[in-house]
Amino acid sequence: MTGRKLIMTFPVTATSHLLQDYRARGGYATLDKVLREMRPEQVTKEVAASGILGHGGAAFPAGRKWGVIRLNDGLPHYLCANADEGEPGTFKDRWILENAPHLLLESMLISAFALQVRHAFVYIRGEFDLPYRRLAAAVEEAYAAGYFGQQPLGTDFACDIVIYRGAGSYVCGEASALITSIEGKKGYPRNRPPRLTVRGLYQRPTVINNVETLANVTAIVSMGGEAFRQIGTPKSPGTQLVSISGHVQRPGVYEVEYGYPLARFIREDCGGGLHGTPIKCIVPGGISTKVLTAAEIETLTYDHVSLTKAGSGVGSGGMVVIGEGTCMVRLLQILLRFYHHESCGQCTPCREGMGWMHRIIDRIVAGDGRPQDIEQLIRISIANDGTTICGMGDAAGYATLGIIAKYRDEFEYFIEHKRSRLDGRLEVANHG
Amino acid sequence: MKHLIPEFDVMRRRYPAEATSSMVLPCLHRIQQERGHVADSDIAELSAYLGVPRIQIEEVLSHYTQFRRAPIGRWHLQACRNLSCSMRGAEGVIEHLSARLGIAPGQTSGDGRFTLSTVECLGSCGTAPVLMVNEAYHESMTPARLDALIEGLSRSGATP
Repeated sequence: MTGRKLIMTFPVTATSHLLQDYRARGGYATLDKVLREMRPEQVTKEVAASGILGHGGAAFPAGRKWGVIRLNDGLPHYLCANADEGEPGTFKDRWILENAPHLLLESMLISAFALQVRHAFVYIRGEFDLPYRRLAAAVEEAYAAGYFGQQPLGTDFACDIVIYRGAGSYVCGEASALITSIEGKKGYPRNRPPRLTVRGLYQRPTVINNVETLANVTAIVSMGGEAFRQIGTPKSPGTQLVSISGHVQRPGVYEVEYGYPLARFIREDCGGGLHGTPIKCIVPGGISTKVLTAAEIETLTYDHVSLTKAGSGVGSGGMVVIGEGTCMVRLLQILLRFYHHESCGQCTPCREGMGWMHRIIDRIVAGDGRPQDIEQLIRISIANDGTTICGMGDAAGYATLGIIAKYRDEFEYFIEHKRSRLDGRLEVANHG
Repeated sequence: MKHLIPEFDVMRRRYPAEATSSMVLPCLHRIQQERGHVADSDIAELSAYLGVPRIQIEEVLSHYTQFRRAPIGRWHLQACRNLSCSMRGAEGVIEHLSARLGIAPGQTSGDGRFTLSTVECLGSCGTAPVLMVNEAYHESMTPARLDALIEGLSRSGATP
């Protein structure tokens, strides 16, 4: 067991995603209570008191984000759930969209009430088919039940919701690019300030939260922010949906209470390395977080303080287990190809830097590496950091620096011998 | 595209009044769903319907990889080759499909049935390797499952 649960609290069945089942689990009772008994600012107060950090990757306190919205500014406010789950290794929001769509919708209605939002959006990546169909069906159920549209539940609060489908652009998971995309444009990130909570979608105050962050709002309001804060650790309240994949025996989505021992999670709850393969390292939270070696994870707990202290992070909750025998040079090649492919091209350091790094790693893997290539990769990573509108170029640098710092010898061997010391392997053998 | 306008009008009802420009992506999705790609005439008609500049629609079409300006095969096979899929056999999936269909990634088979593409992370890492066939995910693929899939698709009609 991986600690207390807030999201994965029910057995998944053929009907558990439907309104009837959700209601039978107590669904929409919290919304009902909020609309009858609470004022918007009380809801925001509970979210702030919960101490919940954003679950999309940046770990920004949700209460602080919400606190920027001025309820009486006379402007329309917007709320967007970020369901553009695209950080490689991450598939946890998909679990909510497929299995608990009404939990997201109830949470969004409560959030829309708190932030005085008339129009809410779910921005979902275009490739997600089943998650989209599940969510779209849930939206129609919720409209038919009177939760959305004019005056749900007979109150004077009204909210409409649109599921907005992306179309294959990683960078649109970045909040400002997401907004540009909802405005019907190519997904270019925007410079801050102004913050999106000040001028976001259509220049209106806009709150964008990750799906999982929003999905927690119902539990936070239901149990109270202080009670929520008792779960997890003081600096990482609550739980994290961890999607684990790669060379692991039991991949999947697990809800982990913050503070849970990391090695125990991987070894006992997820069954350890695939086919018993020893673990070489892990990517703890999406490929933009730095790798942690098998020795490092032994002493760590799964929370923001512990992983940050180790030079990495919780990130997007997308954990990838890498088995012994995996060639880290070819692994980095996959990551750099990805970043190059997804660079939107707006900022020169990222547009040119990603291509440059990709060409260097391709050259090394082709056996044409030059001795100065390692230093060049490091130099570009450092030089790019902080020079672009969004964090994508930075992230590529972090991933690169993390891998080279711990596995430099594999790069040196590859360049010197014009071949991988590990035969370029990405898969592990099944000796069982 | 014009026959879709009543549908677009219904879709707009849930959008805020100031969000006309937002309709670009949902309209293009619907157009492509029907035609298989977005034609020049669609761009002109959508631009006129929404009152957004043609260049905005062109930019959207070139920025987002899911939009197509030209027809492709009846079955679009998109094999993920990002980290988790590569670690669980994606390279073998792509080689197997290439050999079996006689096409390289990016190509369409001579009979117009299959287009093979490689894509980056589809968010299905726990059930890697994953192959997307038109809209549907096919997860935990093995050579045997690939063969069964291709045989099934080959037997189905050449047109939607």
